[in-house]
Amino acid sequence: MEFIDYYKVLGVDKNATEKEIKSAYRKLARKLHPDLNPNDKEAKARFQQINEANEVLSDPEKRAKYDKYGKDWQHGEEYEKAKQYQQQSYGGGGRRQTFTSADFGAGDFGGSDFSDFFASMFGSAGGGAGRGSQVKFRGEDYNAELQLNLTDAFTTHKQTLTVNGKKIRITIPAGIEHGQTIKIPGHGGQGINGGPNGDLYITFSIASHPGIKRQGNNLYINAKIDLYTAVLGGSVTLDTLSGKVKLNIKPGTQNGSTVKLKGKGFPVYKKEGQFGDLFVTWDVKLPEKISEKEKALFTELKKLHDEK
Amino acid sequence: MKNKRDEHLIALDEFCVYYKIEQNFVWSLHEVGLVHIETIEDCNYVEEENLSALEKFIRFYYDMDINIEGIEAINHLLEQMNEMKHELTRLKNRLRFYEGE
Repeated sequence: MEFIDYYKVLGVDKNATEKEIKSAYRKLARKLHPDLNPNDKEAKARFQQINEANEVLSDPEKRAKYDKYGKDWQHGEEYEKAKQYQQQSYGGGGRRQTFTSADFGAGDFGGSDFSDFFASMFGSAGGGAGRGSQVKFRGEDYNAELQLNLTDAFTTHKQTLTVNGKKIRITIPAGIEHGQTIKIPGHGGQGINGGPNGDLYITFSIASHPGIKRQGNNLYINAKIDLYTAVLGGSVTLDTLSGKVKLNIKPGTQNGSTVKLKGKGFPVYKKEGQFGDLFVTWDVKLPEKISEKEKALFTELKKLHDEK
Repeated sequence: MKNKRDEHLIALDEFCVYYKIEQNFVWSLHEVGLVHIETIEDCNYVEEENLSALEKFIRFYYDMDINIEGIEAINHLLEQMNEMKHELTRLKNRLRFYEGE
């Protein structure tokens, strides 16, 4: 366990007044507070450090203890214990029990928000109560990633997640995008000293679909048609995310040409009844093996074409 | 009897007692348009959906000593940051489309 120089953390002199400490803390908090640095783990870690330093240095009792033992705080603790033992043994009054973080277990107070050094010296909970006399801060934000396939993202559906041992059921609105993050308020870590719970941030990762590409709310597919349908026209039934769609193909359809099916694309996020478009690109397949009779007919066709 | 809409309202005086803050502070936020205070039959309420933003503004004001003008500026910048984050996600997805992942 390493000694933490709280004065250095706040950038103040050892003789700093209460006002100077408060001012230094607030200046750093304005820079590093998680509200101002969303999803920045480094800023969060530094904020916890300055918060801890403030917790000690703004409390005269804690500061005195910290100043008294300084780097030798470990020996100081032993000395205190020996002194207490002496007082108890030689009629020093009622028994005063002291608890350390080990007695409660760090989890009781979300102890990870304080360093081992702090927990060992003051216990993991800190102390005090009420705004102004004690710093309340919100619990840790949790970040999670959820994998969906394109078909899942197409409809509004519910999923049950296990976050830190707790099961929560969330509704995933149709139209969610790859990389989009949604916030589930209050489902992060527990707040400290009565502060609010943190939030849960879920980032969605949507796997690519082998036959369908998505860009925003529009969908893109390639559909194969044979030469004869492309030349003479016809109809084809396509599988889309919203079901089967029957499409008429006009005579003379070119390879690589695209048709737009309005409103057959992806649902617009949180806008019920609104959909993007579906773009179908025709992939005209030429016959690879032809019979002698077909060959003769193609030759005839070529002649007719050349005579034009 | 409370109607469905009223169920999402929190009495301002109760809110201020719980958070140990002054009502004037919430009214100042209301005046600059950062939160909305609803008055029904002489009672003032804040909307439940504003709660998370309100808690954030309380931390800015009381824990970080940022004044109302500062909160307004920070809120604007955070909103811009959020919009840029969304734009970045959108552009990344567009790139993903063209790269054919």
